[in-house]
Amino acid sequence: MSAFFSPFISKPDSVSQIMLKVLLALIPGIAMYVWYFGPAILVSIALASITALATEALMLKLRNRPIAPSLRDNSALLTGWLLALSIPPLAPWWLIVVGTAFCIAVAKHLYGGLGNNLFNPAMIGFAVLIISFPVPMTQWLTPHGLGQIELSFAEQIGYIFLGALPPGVTMDAITMATPLDTLKTNLHLDQHIKEILDMPIYGRLAGHGSEMVAAGFALGGLYLIAARIISWHIPVAYLGTLFAMAGIFHLTDPAHYVSPLFHLLSGAATIGAFFILTDPVSSPTTNKGRLIFAAGAGLITYLIRAFGNFPDGTAFATLLMNICVPLIVLYTQPRVFGRKEKQP
Amino acid sequence: MRTLHQFHGGIHPPSHKAQSTRAPIATAPMPSKLVIPFRQHAGEAAKPVVQAGERVLKGQLIGKPEGFVSSAVHAPTSGTIVSIDMQPVAHPSGLPDMCATLLPDGRDEWVARQPLEYRDCSAVELRQLLRMSGIVGLGGAVFPSDIKLRLSRQKIRTLILNAAECEPYITCDDMLMRERAAEIVQGAEMLRFMLEAKEVLIGIEDNKSEAIAMMQQAVTAAGLPLEVIRIPTLYPGGSAKQLIRTLTGLEVPSGKLPTDIGVQCFNVGTTYAAWRAIAHGEPLISRVVTVTGNVRRPQNYEALLGTPIEELVALSEALPDTDRHIMGGPMMGFALPSLSVPLVKASNCIIAGSPALFPPPPPPLSCIRCTRCAQVCPADLQPQDLYWFAQSREFGKAQAFSLFDCIECGACSYVCPSHIPLVQYFRFAKSEIRAREQDKLAADKARQRHEFREFRIEQEKREKAEKLAAREKAALAAKAASAAPATVPAPDDAHAKIQQAVERARLQAAAVVPKNTENLTPAQQTEIAEIEISRARLREQAKSEVEHSKE
Repeated sequence: MSAFFSPFISKPDSVSQIMLKVLLALIPGIAMYVWYFGPAILVSIALASITALATEALMLKLRNRPIAPSLRDNSALLTGWLLALSIPPLAPWWLIVVGTAFCIAVAKHLYGGLGNNLFNPAMIGFAVLIISFPVPMTQWLTPHGLGQIELSFAEQIGYIFLGALPPGVTMDAITMATPLDTLKTNLHLDQHIKEILDMPIYGRLAGHGSEMVAAGFALGGLYLIAARIISWHIPVAYLGTLFAMAGIFHLTDPAHYVSPLFHLLSGAATIGAFFILTDPVSSPTTNKGRLIFAAGAGLITYLIRAFGNFPDGTAFATLLMNICVPLIVLYTQPRVFGRKEKQP
Repeated sequence: MRTLHQFHGGIHPPSHKAQSTRAPIATAPMPSKLVIPFRQHAGEAAKPVVQAGERVLKGQLIGKPEGFVSSAVHAPTSGTIVSIDMQPVAHPSGLPDMCATLLPDGRDEWVARQPLEYRDCSAVELRQLLRMSGIVGLGGAVFPSDIKLRLSRQKIRTLILNAAECEPYITCDDMLMRERAAEIVQGAEMLRFMLEAKEVLIGIEDNKSEAIAMMQQAVTAAGLPLEVIRIPTLYPGGSAKQLIRTLTGLEVPSGKLPTDIGVQCFNVGTTYAAWRAIAHGEPLISRVVTVTGNVRRPQNYEALLGTPIEELVALSEALPDTDRHIMGGPMMGFALPSLSVPLVKASNCIIAGSPALFPPPPPPLSCIRCTRCAQVCPADLQPQDLYWFAQSREFGKAQAFSLFDCIECGACSYVCPSHIPLVQYFRFAKSEIRAREQDKLAADKARQRHEFREFRIEQEKREKAEKLAAREKAALAAKAASAAPATVPAPDDAHAKIQQAVERARLQAAAVVPKNTENLTPAQQTEIAEIEISRARLREQAKSEVEHSKE
């Protein structure tokens, strides 16, 4: 069509390159993950990638859509990676397969495929898994250097695919609650924050190891901002709101509310801020809208973490704010050139 | 130093301007034939005033402006008009238009030219002269210049010379400024004089250093208070609304004209042509055109309007893999339907294209709402939303989201990573909306006509009934009068005599049978015409009554 109509030139950039850059930006975080928790995460990512591509191809075929261009756009791959990074790396293989297939088939294609999904597909997959399979979804690997026993890569693979642990090793020996979960449980036991943070699972600012993974994602996120793949609005508003909420509660009662820096480097805060909430399809298109959307998500994340039943709240915050996106966009339309009033 | 203002968005496509600025403007040789369309401007086509077989002189009027928005068309050289018929023209539709075909006689013989001192002329005379000289906007929009010079109720404070030339490849204005700056400056002062503007700002993008220097020099040499302003190179910085914003900080309100905020813009090429028309008596018969792209020697030519594009491109030697020719720039131009179409007033640039130069875009993917289009939109629109509405034919919503503020610059399509031809969708939506509005207008008119017809029939019935009633009354009165002759007053009653005379006269007048309407004298005809006019007025009144009753 546009070969015969202007403009005749276009920028040599494509959706597939954008998605590829996002995948690349995840690598520092993944590297930290491997360093602190072992290479099992790579198996999860591989499983998620294969499932994502296969489901994408199957759905495209069922919908009579051209398969190759969509597979090449790297979007299914990105959804798979984000889901893999959100669930415990030692989860059984079927968990990641079921989750990823659900992301792609239901959250993405039943809504009309790329560009049409109201909700972040990876977070839909996460929500389905944590509600349906809460036990394997909370078995997180103990970071390197903290556990009594550490599985070799082969043993990890054995467990993922066969569910078999080496003789004499129990699940409890190799997994533990996440720092956010530990904090929540122990606060319920009326322990003082100070005592809780002295536990070995905590590092300098947040969880031992997990704080470095969070920093790795933040680093990748800064690259995305520098490469103009994402704008600063969502990460700044999300992390800023989370920081401000945590700061206010921490100042009023430091014994029961952990410091704001802890919140920024815990759980899915950074990957959420830079990689999940910034999904262009399910986030607002206006800058003002992005600020409102991310601030709302930050608020909900903090409320779930501090007062809710789940240790982390990024996934639910994302999904809840996704619902509000059309309304936010409608009410944050920028002023059009030459018009006094906002339209419409 | 003037502070410049920014407009939102904009892009930096590769400029490709260096290739065609290496050589000075060359005069294109006389073509084998000239095909001169009568519609080379916005508005009504000019009306042919020559006939096939007639010999014309260079600069002779061959098409007279018809209607308010129109401009004249002239013979670019002396020779014979061999035909006046439909020929393919440079239009994206590929539809033919009325053209005169001129065979040059090689003598290039001018008609009598009459140079004028513009300060001695009235603004009305100058405007008429520009209209009859065929001066239209040479930036590509070809709007008749005389209309832009009519003084509006709003006084013009600022005259802007648009020399931004922001589209890639095009260098005709750049070269014109380098070589003919003095005349452009004179022309600018003339336009300022006509508009009674206070200031003249000449906006030139900073990638044309040489043009800026030459213009500055010409302004200084002329001793005129014109300001040459270097503006940042940013597409579409040369779009009138964006240029006004850059230079003055003012925004032309949506749906309004620059004149509404006291600004008027003219392209430098137009300014030059207007100067030649007044000061040298030369109508617009040639223009500078950039021939570039996939050619061996990209260059600017001063070519006669009507020159077949193929002869022009041949001068620059198109390379063998050339597969299309684009008129205008790569951002807003269009592919020519055929190479035989003639050069027209709107042709600022001809780009020979090849698959390597303009590769076909990859198939469009789904929009991922990355908002790159919104980031570059100079009108602060949300193209991703407009695309959605256009695609789903929700035209009402598209209009509510300011679709008609889109200037079709193509920046959104340029940056779209999904390669969606966004501008095409917006052009489609706009044309659909316009078509629907026209349909609605036509339906409204038909309804009005119908309602008026009903009203007229009703009125005729009423009038007939009234007349009948009046006649019956008169008959009754006459009966009564004859029944009581005794009551007839004495003949010496003067008043009664007059009454009787009046009655007789009335009866006589009524008895007159309408004459045959054939063989009327001119006096009668004018009388009939006058009656017709008053009838039309009555009809108008009735119509306005219909309209009022609707409200």
